Amino acid sequence: MPKVKMPKGAPSLDMTPMVDLGFLLVTFFILTAKFRPNEPVIVDTPRSTSELALPEKVMLVTIDSKGRVFLDITGKEVKRAMLEGMLVAYPNVKISEETLTRFSLLGTFGQPIQRLEQYVKGDEKVRAAMDARDDAGIPVDSLNNQLGDWILSGYQAFMYDAKDKGFTDKQLRTTDGLRYAIKADGGTDYELVEKVIDIFRDKQIYQFNMVTSLEGIDEPVVAAVE
Amino acid sequence: MAEIVQAEGGGGKHQKKKAKKGHVHMDMTPMVDLAFLLLTFFILATSLSKPKTMEIIYPKDETDKDKQTKVADELATTVLIGEKDEYIFYYLGKFNPDSTTLFHTDYSKDGLRKVLIDRNKRINDQVAELKIKLNNQEINDSIYSKMYGKIVGDSLAPFVVVKTLPTSKFKNVVNVMDELNITNVKKRAIIDMGDSEKIAMRQKVVELGLNKK
Repeated sequence: MPKVKMPKGAPSLDMTPMVDLGFLLVTFFILTAKFRPNEPVIVDTPRSTSELALPEKVMLVTIDSKGRVFLDITGKEVKRAMLEGMLVAYPNVKISEETLTRFSLLGTFGQPIQRLEQYVKGDEKVRAAMDARDDAGIPVDSLNNQLGDWILSGYQAFMYDAKDKGFTDKQLRTTDGLRYAIKADGGTDYELVEKVIDIFRDKQIYQFNMVTSLEGIDEPVVAAVE
Repeated sequence: MAEIVQAEGGGGKHQKKKAKKGHVHMDMTPMVDLAFLLLTFFILATSLSKPKTMEIIYPKDETDKDKQTKVADELATTVLIGEKDEYIFYYLGKFNPDSTTLFHTDYSKDGLRKVLIDRNKRINDQVAELKIKLNNQEINDSIYSKMYGKIVGDSLAPFVVVKTLPTSKFKNVVNVMDELNITNVKKRAIIDMGDSEKIAMRQKVVELGLNKK
């Protein structure tokens, strides 16, 4: 009887296809990745059956359950120009060149302009502590209506940037214009949301996209990258 | 693990220097490890779905009385949103503190939606007809949206007024707007609740014992 030959050494397994696939997926995810922007507050949006996606170019106002207001705008050049516009309106506020650059890369922010330099310069811990303060958020009082100034400045920055990129007036009026989204916590008092809307209406802006999560389907649980 | 096993190059006959015999092994384990690490990272770091939004258009401030929208009483439905989820009422027509009855409802499928579907039956039937035409490809999308706008903007289409308290919750306002979208009620307004309506709502809340829940 012939002896059964046992293979010597470690058995080798051809993993080439798996590795190929792995790299394919890596490439796919790297190319499609859009990082989740910095979110200083967690907002539980109300549910609706609407399936309209959030527009590409958007000024996003976040309102948390305490009524604190946060702001973000698409595009880092636009964001930088928006802050530069604010500095013209608030000549007493000094912001360094480095802060301007860092600010343009930051996600959503919500601080009075007077504290912005400190906020942007601080590390993550400092920022988290400042976001946790009760008096964080962009002031929206009628006496100190910084949000109104931000909106105006953001709009101008966007229009200037868009014209620079060669969009025509017609495109900006119809499909490629700046849209305004409001992301408010479901538990926010409507009065506080209304206050923000009234500031927009004051600037002749009447159309909003309320950020909602799709009804019936739970939001995908995605681990935040710290 | 993963490794490249390179076969020996052919035509070795004329080679003077003999290459190493056997296979050239390259250990690719660290590279593959790194690749999968990256894969895991990108899978976790990407947000899979864009958030959805609901479009709401607010009216311009109209100080000129003549230009303000006038609503025929029989077409009007008013929804009152209180500060708690259970506090939702509606009434039909014009408000009269003595004779108007408030009806209690809720945010479920059989609550407010049913009321609005009944109220907006004529429009909904027309929309349903239009949708059938669209599905049978008798009309295209652009004609559909034009006709849809015409139907829901009909001068005899029901009008819904949503009245809120300062302490009404935002999610309830969105809920009501969502119901209006579902039931094709496009003529609507959100305004603050009047004092007499507040009183009527308080009474109804006590009457139904909702405040004890």
